[in-house]
Amino acid sequence: MILLETQALTREYGGVIAVNGVDFVVEQGLISGLIGPNGAGKTTLFNNITGLDVPTKGKVFFNDREITGLPAHRICRLGIARTFQNIRLFKELSVAENIMVGCHFMTGKSPVKGRFGAALKSYFSLQEEEDDLYDRAMQWMDFFKLSSFRMEYAKNLPYGHQRELEIARAMASNPKLLFLDEPAAGMNPQETEQLMETICRIRDLGVTVVLIEHDMRLVMNICDSITVLNYGLKIAQGTPREIKSNPQVIEAYLGKEEDDE
Amino acid sequence: MSISEILQHFMNGLTLGGIYALIALGYTMVYGILKFINFAHGDILMVGAYIGLFAFNALRGSAPLGTWTIIAFFIAMVISMAGCGVLGMFIERVAYKPLRKANRLAPLLSAIGVSFILSNSAAWAFGTQSRKFDYPFDNTPFNLYGVIITPHQILILAVSVIMMVSLSLFVDKSRMGKAMRATSLDQDTAMLMGINVNHVISLTFAIGSALAATGGILIALDFKAYPSMGMMTGLKAFVAAVVGGIGNISGAMLGGILLGLLETFGVAILGIPTGMKDTIAFGVLILILLIKPEGILGKAEKEKV
Amino acid sequence: MGNFFLLILIYTCIYALMSIGQNIITGYAGMLSLCQAGFFAIGSYATAILTTGFGWSFWATLPVAVLLSALFGLLIGLPTLRLKGDYLAIATLGFGEIVRNVLNNWDSVTNGPMGIQDIPMPKFFGMKINPYNKIGFLLMSIIFLLVAYLLFQRLSRSRLGRALEAIREDEIAAESMGINVTKYKVAAFMLGAGIAGVAGSLQAVFSLSVTPGTYTFMVSVMVLCMVVLGGMGNFIAVILGSFIIQLISYFPQLTGLSSVIPPQFKQILFGLILVIMMIWRPQGILGREQHLYGADRKGRKK
Repeated sequence: MILLETQALTREYGGVIAVNGVDFVVEQGLISGLIGPNGAGKTTLFNNITGLDVPTKGKVFFNDREITGLPAHRICRLGIARTFQNIRLFKELSVAENIMVGCHFMTGKSPVKGRFGAALKSYFSLQEEEDDLYDRAMQWMDFFKLSSFRMEYAKNLPYGHQRELEIARAMASNPKLLFLDEPAAGMNPQETEQLMETICRIRDLGVTVVLIEHDMRLVMNICDSITVLNYGLKIAQGTPREIKSNPQVIEAYLGKEEDDE
Repeated sequence: MSISEILQHFMNGLTLGGIYALIALGYTMVYGILKFINFAHGDILMVGAYIGLFAFNALRGSAPLGTWTIIAFFIAMVISMAGCGVLGMFIERVAYKPLRKANRLAPLLSAIGVSFILSNSAAWAFGTQSRKFDYPFDNTPFNLYGVIITPHQILILAVSVIMMVSLSLFVDKSRMGKAMRATSLDQDTAMLMGINVNHVISLTFAIGSALAATGGILIALDFKAYPSMGMMTGLKAFVAAVVGGIGNISGAMLGGILLGLLETFGVAILGIPTGMKDTIAFGVLILILLIKPEGILGKAEKEKV
Repeated sequence: MGNFFLLILIYTCIYALMSIGQNIITGYAGMLSLCQAGFFAIGSYATAILTTGFGWSFWATLPVAVLLSALFGLLIGLPTLRLKGDYLAIATLGFGEIVRNVLNNWDSVTNGPMGIQDIPMPKFFGMKINPYNKIGFLLMSIIFLLVAYLLFQRLSRSRLGRALEAIREDEIAAESMGINVTKYKVAAFMLGAGIAGVAGSLQAVFSLSVTPGTYTFMVSVMVLCMVVLGGMGNFIAVILGSFIIQLISYFPQLTGLSSVIPPQFKQILFGLILVIMMIWRPQGILGREQHLYGADRKGRKK
């Protein structure tokens, strides 16, 4: 079943066409990869889907519902979460608090809109809500093996853990679709191994994952489907095996001559 | 309104705008390089006015208005420019440089602190009464095609134009100017290219402060010198910089002139009482921030996600 | 002398209300607002006009003061809150000055520079709370401060506070986590404005008169100093900050050196405080509040 698709999505900046008529399709339950040389438009595509940017042309559909141009906070509430290319953690907040922000619009007891009402209602019910959020955050910390860091300021975490924390924060909103923007950037091989395992565990929870990555080993290993962008255009989509041998893809990355892979 | 009335307002607005432009340049240059609004810039113009005043009075002695007083005036102006240039560099070194890596609020708060220190120290030292800055020349207005012009206004226009042209030439043609432009575009790369960014920043503050000094002296001639003169004029000059496009030198000049004209014509046409005159600048600020926050000549900056 | 100290305590309370507001806006949401004085003034004049012109009781004017200030917070907030920090600061400064300008010139309503005099003292169950009897008024001020503190403390240790901090740290990430950044920023602004309005009301019935000259930019800077000195994001700290700043403010009178120390002394000190604190200890004396979760919590039993 198709969970998300874009139709002829285009994003122009003045004269530059960053994303050019892309039909991006994401199947539910799979891990999809989005690859392409630098500047191909991958992050721009992400931004236009997740609401941080508005497409010039084209549409985006999530669960058969059009979400084109909706602001990011609305899209998050619909069930799409993401991480960022350059980590955007809340540095002066603790690990636990970072994840609790991820849970922002999920509450056990009081209704979403009732934050003022809740605050004024009772000293204690607000505390209960906080406890509830904290417990949720703890669950995610356990899942990502970050519990020992829970009191640590996010800025003090080692790099690999920071990336994991960002994913944890995104997962805290219980999304159906998770976008990861270069989650393995700057990681050493061990950390990358752990990341692959984590992503698979996320998939096993029933979350559909889309990731932008340059680490080909990771991409080829865990992705069920790969889409390739170059100069804003979609040039291929298929299984890892298909993509690996696709001449256009090879050309895009390596130029006309075939070097070692 | 008759043609001569319009021309009159135009003349007045132009001279007012020239002063705003001189001061706006300091704001815009600093913002261009550091992406930071130097809150204390307005108070530097105040210091400039006082230095100019004291220097002029000292040099002039009791000489009557004549060639010597005019020479003394320009010497005083140069002294003031130098003094403020040094002051600007000092402030940058002490109050802003340590905060370059800090969060964005810190330098702002520090600048507010500096502004307070400057204006109140001046009030302490010189008293809150305004001091008259005598004209170094005979300021009798003369009539030109129905428009009344004073030599003071001619002076303002002349100084503004000379300063602006000099600055443009400097920034465009000289090596240091090129370094300044490079630093404002990308500090890290400029450093990698061998540009001493600290020197560039110091120079930027020096030039901006020197220009503010001239602005301060020119105002003081008309409106007298007093410790809080920096705040309002500084604020309006900032609005001018924003209107023209902050970070953009031509923008500061354009914005300054535009604001001067808007203020003059605004009072005349809309009949705004003198007490509320300052509100025009704020109204313009809010308008430009709503419509085109990057200013007339500015380019919208998109944050890369 | 003791009487004078009581005065300082009363002003500590009144200004602490404003610094609590500033704390939400600047300490939590990270927005540099320079117009607390403006909301302060609106609250004061609301009370002044309603009590002298329309015979309202002080208590009845309180909600008006809050709502009116909050409304202006909304009006100023909406257009300016999407601006970057520097511009927001200047815009708020401008607003504060416009308020003072209007109060000075709108003679028909505000009585211009002369201000409004003879504000009636507030009554509590028939008893007058006489500002000259400082202890009574101090008690009332402390109660106000306590209520405000409890309310804001509670608000900040909740999703609201955390959302604001997230916005301060990274707006784009916050937005992507489902936080409507604009709505929360405006909310923070309105909260800060509203509480400043309460402070204004109190001020009006304390000095029993209001003049535009009281509500200057310096007041806004003082409030900022309190937050900077005490500690951003820490409500106890900003109350402490308020106390210290009041001490500095009245230092000449306290030590009897009024004839020697010029009035600019305290303002220069405020400037120095801002510069020095930013360079040396930006988190303030007490630092940011340490309510990180997990320290003293065991979690709920499943």
